[in-house]
Amino acid sequence: MKKLRLERKTSGSGFSVFLNSVLFTGVALVVCGFIIAAVGFNPIEVYAKMFRKAFLSARGIRKAIESGLPLMLCGLGVSIAFRMNLNNIGAEGQYAVGAIFGVAYVLYGPNLPGVPGILALACCCFLGGALWALLCAAPRAFWDVDESITTLMLNYVALILLSYLCLGPWKAKGQNMGQTEKIPDAFVIPEIPGLEVSMAFPAVIVIALLLFFFYRYTTSGFQINVIGKSPTAARYAGINIRRNILLVLGLSGGLAGLAGFVQYVAVTGRVQENMPNNAGYTGIVIAYLSRFNPIVVIIVSILFAGLQNSSATVQVMGVPAQIATMMQGAIMVIVIAGDFFQRYKFVAAGKGGKA
Amino acid sequence: MGLFISILSGAIVYAVSVMYAGIGETFSERAGIMNLGVEGIMLMGAVAGYITAVNTRDLALSFLVVLLTGAVFGLIFAFLTVTLQADQTVCGMAMLTFGTGLSGFLGKDVAGVAANLKFQAFSIPLLGDIPVIGPIFFRQNLLVYAMYVIVPLSLFYIYKTKYGLYLRALGENPAALDSAGMNVFGLRYAYVIFGCTMIAVSGACVTLANTNFWSPGMTAGKGWIAFALVAFSSWNPLKLTFGALLFGFISCLGSNLQIYLPSVPTEIYSAMPYIATIIAFILATGNFRKAHTAQPAALCKPYDRESR
Repeated sequence: MKKLRLERKTSGSGFSVFLNSVLFTGVALVVCGFIIAAVGFNPIEVYAKMFRKAFLSARGIRKAIESGLPLMLCGLGVSIAFRMNLNNIGAEGQYAVGAIFGVAYVLYGPNLPGVPGILALACCCFLGGALWALLCAAPRAFWDVDESITTLMLNYVALILLSYLCLGPWKAKGQNMGQTEKIPDAFVIPEIPGLEVSMAFPAVIVIALLLFFFYRYTTSGFQINVIGKSPTAARYAGINIRRNILLVLGLSGGLAGLAGFVQYVAVTGRVQENMPNNAGYTGIVIAYLSRFNPIVVIIVSILFAGLQNSSATVQVMGVPAQIATMMQGAIMVIVIAGDFFQRYKFVAAGKGGKA
Repeated sequence: MGLFISILSGAIVYAVSVMYAGIGETFSERAGIMNLGVEGIMLMGAVAGYITAVNTRDLALSFLVVLLTGAVFGLIFAFLTVTLQADQTVCGMAMLTFGTGLSGFLGKDVAGVAANLKFQAFSIPLLGDIPVIGPIFFRQNLLVYAMYVIVPLSLFYIYKTKYGLYLRALGENPAALDSAGMNVFGLRYAYVIFGCTMIAVSGACVTLANTNFWSPGMTAGKGWIAFALVAFSSWNPLKLTFGALLFGFISCLGSNLQIYLPSVPTEIYSAMPYIATIIAFILATGNFRKAHTAQPAALCKPYDRESR
């Protein structure tokens, strides 16, 4: 048998990253299959049922797009921060605060009709998420306080606040569930005629494209990449790191806040006490799997939303809904492991390369 | 007086349930590996112990399963971060998601099932009868008593033994250890696995000692509080103890005040430990005047012999 050894290689092309991710996602599905079998279900049956429901019908795809909207925005928000090596784990809380600001605007804000009203509401949600993120961005920028812990802790605070408002002062009358009144019709985003998909979807795509161009063609976008790759180089180049931390975390939180907006305005029509429902954390997995590329975030979000929706359909078989989170986690773990082959390759010992 | 005793003894119970994870994470980070997945591994430990408790009704076996679960997760995490040299933040997030999801998935049959099997509090003869101190410190469960021993032991290990010196070097300058002929990879594996095992014990504190039920996501941020405490305590188990006690005190104060001040919304009390963590964390780790930090220099940096 020939001996193999590892050799470092230059980083692969976008296409090889893609192939690698798809391959190891497949491996992850096999691993999850074993776990599903261990709990006593037939994995092939479970997978077939999930796949058929989520992706093989027009209705399934429409639902995947719809419930993917908040995931997309969380994923976009998280990836902008991760690009600069800022661990914004707080998308969950920023989402919740965005939604809270949204309800506050609807309840107490000025009554603007039509499109300006919707835009004002969106700005309000964006502002909520951004402010919540800035609470962590400021200590990071001025005193170098690690943002992963502060953003995460604020998630719990935001969720407690949301459930307080939904069960207390803002609770809809005559409802048992903790949720607010239905949003007035004036704010509802219309569907694209004939497609039954909310207009919010193309709007999110536009945001993703804007981000794509922002990263590629603007000075700020370039600075973010430089700071992420090498903070020392960025400092020598005279890039204002403090300003960029505030800008990026604010933007990141704002996008997560917009997730609260789309969920409120385009999906549920109400704000519910458990609304972010892990979208913020799923956004992190999505951001990583898409390698922080905004266009890919959209696609991965739809796939993940489909996965989550389909977990509801296998619940009738007795499979717990957490199957979706478990599969997402497994995919992330195994794709990370697979990334090793982006950096190293096996070569037969004694041949090729320097010894 | 009764209130005072109940708050303080509750604070100890709370503190211990985060201290196992905190001390485990301290060892792991001292070895240069940051594990962000504390919460997920804690949940896995909690659910694994509880499932075994419900099915076998054997507490010792349940505890063994908890340790094993932690070790397996430690092995996976070490493989990703030490051998494959993957980004530790991303790996931690992955373990968090995977642990949270898997624990909910596996725990479906025991959610809401009573095990009626846990580490019961018992009084230590003589010590338990001392007024005030007795009920606070010596009428606790076995996991709490074990912690009384673990803190001095870990302090002694880190600061007074040769192995502790190696451990500190592992996080500061692994290349130096390698030159001295030590196995950097093996040691890092060992400490990551040890750390994850301790984190899993924290999970056991939650389902098999403090309470006795399982529901998905029930650790409610305790893993993160433990993670924050490690940096807060400058990687020192003694300071970690004080930090944990402070947070235990704050959260027990909340649940007790609720009885005396019912007009204040309960949400304020439940948010208190998190807000306190943020403020304390900013004050303790903020770079206000000192430029020096106690953070291990090689933390989060994969060790690669080729690029020495």
